[in-house]
Amino acid sequence: MESCPSVKNILLLDSEGCRVAVKYYSDDWPTNSAKEAFEKSVFTKTQKTNARTEAEIAMFENNIVIYKFAQDLHFFVTGGDDENELIISTVLQGFFDAVGLLLRGNVDKKEALENLDLILLCLDEIVDGGIILETDANVIAGKVASHSVDSGAPLSEQTISQALATAREHLTRSLLNV
Amino acid sequence: MAQYVKKDDDRDEEAEYSPFAGIEKGAVLQEARVFNDPQLDPRRCSQVITKLLYLLNQGDTFTKNEATEVFFAVTKLFQSRDFGLRRMVYLIIKELSPSSDEVIIVTSSLMKDMNSKTDVYRANAIRVLCRITDGTLLTQIERYLKQAIVDKNPVVASAALVSGIHWLKSNPEIVKRWSNEVQEAVQSRSALVQFHALGLLHQIRQNDRLAVSKLVSSLTKGTVRSPLAQCLLIRYTSQVIRESSMNGQTGDRPFYDYLEGCLRHKAEMVIFEAARAITELSGVTSRELTPAITVLQLFLSSSKPVLRFAAVRTLNKVAMTHPMAVTSCNIDMESLISDQNRSIATLAITTLLKTGNEAGVDRLMKQITNFMSDIADEFKIVVVDAIRSLCLKFPLKFRTLMNFLSNILREEGGFEYKKAIVDSIVTIIRDIPDAKESGLLHLCEFIEDCEFTYLSTQILHFLGIEGPKTSDPSKFIRYIYNRVILENATVRASAVSTLAKFGAMVDSLKPRIFVLLRRCLYDNDDEVRDRATLYLNTIGGDGSVVETDKDVKEFLFGSLDLPLANLETSLKNYEPSEEPFSVKSVSREVKSQPFSEKKAAAKKPTGLGAPPAGPTSTVDTYEKLLSAIPEFSTFGQLFKSSAPVELTEAETEYAVNVVKHIFDEHVVFQYNCTNTIPEQLLEDVTIVVDASEAEEFEELATKPLKSLPYDTPGQTFVAFEKPAGVPAVGKFANVLRFNVKEDYGVEDEYQLEEFEVVPSDYMLKVGVSNFRNAWESLGPDFERVDEYGLGPRESLKEAVSAVIGLLGMQPCEGTEVVAANSRSHTCLLSGVYIGNVKVLVRLSFGVESSKEVAMKLSVRSEDEADDATAAVESEGDGRLKSQAPLAFFKLKTLLTWSCQADYGVEDEYQLEEFEVVPSDYMLKVGVSNFRNAWESLGPDFERVDEYGLGPRESLKEAVSAVIGLLGMQPCEGTEVVAANSRSHTCLLSGVYIGNVKVLVRLSFGVESSKEVAMKLSVRSEDEAGTEVVAVNSRSHTCLLSGVYIGNVKVLVRLSFGVEIFKEVAMKLSVRSEDEADTHHHYYPK
Repeated sequence: MESCPSVKNILLLDSEGCRVAVKYYSDDWPTNSAKEAFEKSVFTKTQKTNARTEAEIAMFENNIVIYKFAQDLHFFVTGGDDENELIISTVLQGFFDAVGLLLRGNVDKKEALENLDLILLCLDEIVDGGIILETDANVIAGKVASHSVDSGAPLSEQTISQALATAREHLTRSLLNV
Repeated sequence: MAQYVKKDDDRDEEAEYSPFAGIEKGAVLQEARVFNDPQLDPRRCSQVITKLLYLLNQGDTFTKNEATEVFFAVTKLFQSRDFGLRRMVYLIIKELSPSSDEVIIVTSSLMKDMNSKTDVYRANAIRVLCRITDGTLLTQIERYLKQAIVDKNPVVASAALVSGIHWLKSNPEIVKRWSNEVQEAVQSRSALVQFHALGLLHQIRQNDRLAVSKLVSSLTKGTVRSPLAQCLLIRYTSQVIRESSMNGQTGDRPFYDYLEGCLRHKAEMVIFEAARAITELSGVTSRELTPAITVLQLFLSSSKPVLRFAAVRTLNKVAMTHPMAVTSCNIDMESLISDQNRSIATLAITTLLKTGNEAGVDRLMKQITNFMSDIADEFKIVVVDAIRSLCLKFPLKFRTLMNFLSNILREEGGFEYKKAIVDSIVTIIRDIPDAKESGLLHLCEFIEDCEFTYLSTQILHFLGIEGPKTSDPSKFIRYIYNRVILENATVRASAVSTLAKFGAMVDSLKPRIFVLLRRCLYDNDDEVRDRATLYLNTIGGDGSVVETDKDVKEFLFGSLDLPLANLETSLKNYEPSEEPFSVKSVSREVKSQPFSEKKAAAKKPTGLGAPPAGPTSTVDTYEKLLSAIPEFSTFGQLFKSSAPVELTEAETEYAVNVVKHIFDEHVVFQYNCTNTIPEQLLEDVTIVVDASEAEEFEELATKPLKSLPYDTPGQTFVAFEKPAGVPAVGKFANVLRFNVKEDYGVEDEYQLEEFEVVPSDYMLKVGVSNFRNAWESLGPDFERVDEYGLGPRESLKEAVSAVIGLLGMQPCEGTEVVAANSRSHTCLLSGVYIGNVKVLVRLSFGVESSKEVAMKLSVRSEDEADDATAAVESEGDGRLKSQAPLAFFKLKTLLTWSCQADYGVEDEYQLEEFEVVPSDYMLKVGVSNFRNAWESLGPDFERVDEYGLGPRESLKEAVSAVIGLLGMQPCEGTEVVAANSRSHTCLLSGVYIGNVKVLVRLSFGVESSKEVAMKLSVRSEDEAGTEVVAVNSRSHTCLLSGVYIGNVKVLVRLSFGVEIFKEVAMKLSVRSEDEADTHHHYYPK
């Protein structure tokens, strides 16, 4: 307990329990099948609960899992069983809100897949190797959205929403044109 | 923009749309060729990277070649100046985790980015480098990292600090050099930089308790900005508190005020962390707990499930140790029983079950009954477990609880859940005699409609043991016979066995049982028919009311004292032949280690030193092992074998432990030795036992071990004779003696720690089923009572377990468990003392405010020869405090007098203990000319040893400490140490008991780190004198002599010393007639 608070994984699953984006930071699940088994058990045990207004919490195999749902997306953050539940919950909230900002309120699976690069960058900005980097959704989204800013233009001249708008525009267009 | 949204809406009506539908790895890898285009299209490249990442994320794997190819292609993208693309490049490099020879390609690009003007590049380049590089590169980039740590951009600083935390695991010595920068970052104005810096700084210093304590005391006064950093600080603070309390400080806890202050922090995360830290303080008082409990109680009614869960989980833990402190939350807790989140509800219930008082049980059970129907099995199991412990806590409430259990047993449920209920009922029946009849009937009802064969057979077996002992065994027969009619073959077979047990145990039922068993002879399953036939024939098939033979009972229902695994292997190996299979051919040896399996056929039993599988089988194993040795076969019945006592420290060259086997007239020590030096083969291993402090013991025989190869445990035995039936005690010093077989045998020895035979070795742990009955049956005439003050103890619990451990007796009726915070406790023990004397002990403990524990000991024993009683008392008396390892023997004086003043209460007063040490046997006698005396004794009488004395204040202090220890007379003024000298030689003389003159020459040396090393040379008239200083060791002296060519006599003295890292130093001194002494030092590799 003298160590830094740490996150074991962050999962974003769809309404059938399939992966949208996942990131594991711990060796507890060494193989892909172990990871999938964990995701499946977490998904089936939480799917009937109502975690839409407030984040819910459950324990699995000596881990704390805190989760929240929006439309057909299920957000999960896992920590060790002696971890401070509220810290894990803050990480989940940061992830959830940042995704909301990045997808401009349209939080569903289709939108998430279309902006998968933003989601992956978002995961990258929240936790590094299990250590919490940032939990403030606005800061996370801001860092991710600085994405499409030309390297010449100073960051401060663009507001977050502008940046977001350009980012999304570029991406939807390019993906649709494939 | 609106256009796109519309487009999206249209698509929604179609089936599942995904931009990645039909994606294939091969195609994407083809697409990745765009990375090689001379004119890079950043957008398209980003898309391809996203697709690659999608594949990886879905669990697709790339082969080594594919990964390498993609990686090389990606490195080309560093040419592009597109910001977004660069971010994706960083991501994919981390995901691909290239091998070390590939990493070189990107390091220069990444190092360039590390020094870029763009903050995001700097931060990300550091994080990527951290993921992919090893220590060699780290030294190159160290300079930049140090700068990055104090970078004014918080993102860069955090990236460097977090990477530092990761690097610390692989390259601690490099990261530790950054502590100045990290220290500066702790003062950063950015909240998260402070958090990361604090985390890294603590990890750098975590082994330095003083530094951590300083860090905590400076930060708790200052301002810590982010809640996360505050949580970290709370964790470090409680670590400091824990370590300082280990030093035995009393009074107010340092930093408690800080923790309490954090309970008023504005962030819930910090409040909770502090509350949890307070509840986990060791030996927390209720006054300290109260503010934390109050805060947690507020959380219980929060609208956020996470907060409620966190609070109730913590309170649940507190309830295990301080149930009274949590009772104030009971009302909030009860409302949580209906919580939507079932984890919270279950935790609330189990907490209530722990804190509830006897009166509230009924009401609580009513609430739980409603709740049980709508929770999952796994939660139900938790509740059942809690109810079982509640029932053991309040035995009077067993009716309510047993009813509850039988009700839920009838409801639907999976196997694990039903098994938990059945196990609970069985435990309750075992522990609460009154619950037996009703509990058995509940189980009978359950098997009437039980879908689990395993549970049915378990219950039938249990019925067979407990049923015949009830007042009316006949009422169970119906249920059992129904199984024979209705169930599958496995259950039918065990029902037949159960019926037979009733028949054998209850004579009145025998004729009726026989009728039933005969019907089973027509069963269509072989096993059922076989069992029925066997029982009918053995128990006495003529149907008359006769008492079944004891041997038959033993044969049919006694325990098979064979390890089942051994029986199975033997049966598998048995080939049909003229000779029938015999149980006697099955090895009784418990194979506790898998690797000993193959060697089991060999004569030498192995693996005995390992933790044995079960207590009864261990005794069997030992007994067989000992009786196989002809020297010991006449010793008779083995009374008791102790648990192994370690005689060496962990991780020494040779690991030895001893098992004390007690016989009526003999004691056999079994030394389990393990050789941990791979290149050595030890031969003729014996233990030389010095029993000079064990007067009643006389050495009888030793059984050496022929050879001891690397990592294979072997045993050597030493047998002693002692007066019959007398619990003789004593202390034994041991030396391991052996020949090292490397190239040629070298005799060597190895000093082991000493051990004692204590009275508890003569005590067998034997429980009694009903302590009260047993106690009353012995009557007060056989009682002895005494009172003891045990001095200040950490807790009552600790005192109780210490006394139980000393007496070596079996706690009865669960009385070894001490309720937290209780001020008094009664503990019931039973055992059998040597000579087969049953002993019962009742211990009453009481604690005073000052943690002084007083004990009243009442002993009743079968034999009025007060032997056992007295022995038990002497144990309690003399041994409780003597734990100092150095004590040769300790005497404790109890001064007893009667306080006639007021009520004539007997009282006692404890004096401090003292020791008789070896120096007490040494007379300080000086010699006039030390050198003459030294030379006159000559090198033949010399023993040399070297010791590291560890860091010392000064050389002077070390010298006088050693002189004091040896208790000898310094000669020629050598006790005076010149100030600031780095080395010193001191000459001592004395006369040892037995009038042996002893001369000692001590050479001291100090190293820069104040480490003092000492070389001790002793010459004495008698070998015995050297024993004073012959301490185990790390050095060895070897004397050789010979005649060199030219008839020159040569004497060689070899001094070997082993230094800390197993480096062997050898000093070669040669004395020959034609030359002066030559000394050489060799340091072999």
